[in-house]
Amino acid sequence: MHAALDWTGPLAEWMIRLCGWSAILFVFAIFFFVFREGAPMLFGGLDLREFFTSPNWRPDSVVRAQYGILALMAGTIAVTLLAMLMAVPFGLGAAVYVSEFAGSRTKETLKVVIELLAAIPSVVWGFIGYMVLNPVIIWATGAPIGINVLNGGIILALMSVPIIVSVSEDALRAVPDTYREAATAMGASRWEIVYRVLFPAAKNGLLAAVLLGVGRAIGETMAVLMATGHAIQIPHSLLDPVRTMTATIAAELGETVPGDEHYGALFVIGIVLLTITFIVNLSADLVVKGIRGQTSD
Amino acid sequence: METATVPEMKSAYSMRTVDLNLYYGDFQALRNVTINVRQGLLTGLIGPSGCGKTTLLRCFNRINERYGNVTTTGEITVLDKNIYDADVSLSELRKCVGMVFQRPNPLPISIYNNVLFGVRAHTRRGSLSRREKDGLVESALREVALWDAVKDQLQKKATLLTLEQQQKLCIARLLPLKPRVILMDEPCSALDAEGTEQIESLLNSLREKYTVVIVTHNMAQARRTTDECIFMLLGEIIEHNKTTDIFFNPQQPQTEDYIQGRYG
Repeated sequence: MHAALDWTGPLAEWMIRLCGWSAILFVFAIFFFVFREGAPMLFGGLDLREFFTSPNWRPDSVVRAQYGILALMAGTIAVTLLAMLMAVPFGLGAAVYVSEFAGSRTKETLKVVIELLAAIPSVVWGFIGYMVLNPVIIWATGAPIGINVLNGGIILALMSVPIIVSVSEDALRAVPDTYREAATAMGASRWEIVYRVLFPAAKNGLLAAVLLGVGRAIGETMAVLMATGHAIQIPHSLLDPVRTMTATIAAELGETVPGDEHYGALFVIGIVLLTITFIVNLSADLVVKGIRGQTSD
Repeated sequence: METATVPEMKSAYSMRTVDLNLYYGDFQALRNVTINVRQGLLTGLIGPSGCGKTTLLRCFNRINERYGNVTTTGEITVLDKNIYDADVSLSELRKCVGMVFQRPNPLPISIYNNVLFGVRAHTRRGSLSRREKDGLVESALREVALWDAVKDQLQKKATLLTLEQQQKLCIARLLPLKPRVILMDEPCSALDAEGTEQIESLLNSLREKYTVVIVTHNMAQARRTTDECIFMLLGEIIEHNKTTDIFFNPQQPQTEDYIQGRYG
């Protein structure tokens, strides 16, 4: 009996340790496989200058295949930027309302609904973009097609709002109530408390919420594939169709022969995406941990 | 006797309550409280834990209302104005009646901005020049004897100060609003002996310029610092008298028992 107890403890400890460390293993494994597939192209056949500066993505050209991702990056950036322009104010506003202004019953309801919003599969969002938003945009703007930057931006904004709301609501709720009380006792209004006390006090958490939203938007694939119109070009207006880096990988990988140039080029796009999301997540993390100076405001 | 020192005042009393009852939900925390707090004096609220001293204190700036389940009946007058009148602005009331809390609660912004927080809430944006703001900060910090310690680090985050400095800052940030009344809820309970001594000497210098009401558990502190004391028990006022009388000639048996440490 006692002998049994002696080894179950350490065993359990080893098991959970393994679970913890496996996260690191998986991240490295993903990096490793993506790099392995992309490396021959990255260090061999690919003209890196062309890759980053040419807007021409013509992997199937018989005359000369071209691998330029400028237009794809422009698509990703345009859609993400537009999404954030809508999602950040909207998400922060919703978080402030839920955390500071809503009554307790409204608050609970809203939190449940927001979590529900986060659980909608991205392909369903893609459907909404394609079937609902598309005709609305055509009707409202007179554009010939409604699947474009605007459509993708709106869909991505709706997808990023839940994460922005829940992370920033956590950040606001973590601000000690004594601050609110102190400010109230000096005659500050609720709104003044929000922007002069809570925003400075919760700024790390709020910034992290925004960065997580950005990460969500950059990495999203299926919804933007369906909602952005699939045209490789640098957009000049909100009503131009574009294609993002993620959508390109998802759409083309099935047509390639493993190991050929096109296949490798798609993996190099994957490496670029991984690097971007890694940087965004890392900065969100560092911001949460708080690389901050002594002064504030 | 006190009235003679302030003959120009309309009333010798800064604050009055008449038949004040306060309920947290179904629980009655204050029972028929009728008191008159004299202008320009330091009045202590004493009594055992749970007797309603803090609740009473928090009535005068209506900060009790932060919790939704509070109902009050009766009358509360601050500077001859019923604070439940429809035309009373909460913001103006709280400008005139400052509050210092049990745990120092400077805001997580710079020392400079802490001192100016209240003023900014009560003036239009941009209506104060840089020099006016600097002047307000300096005089407020000088008044609480904090200026010399922090004058070279006004941009430092206020929450990094020592507890005693934080509490001084919490008093200093009320002063630019030119309050008439300062409410203090056990302002020294988080501080060590030395910090307590500093805050007490600060209390001494605030007297006469402001009407101060201080809740305290510390009997020695009440005796040292206050002019008058109000002794409360189970939500009722038992005795309100000059501090010397409360301590050396109590009129009520409960007061005497409490002062002598038989309970509480």
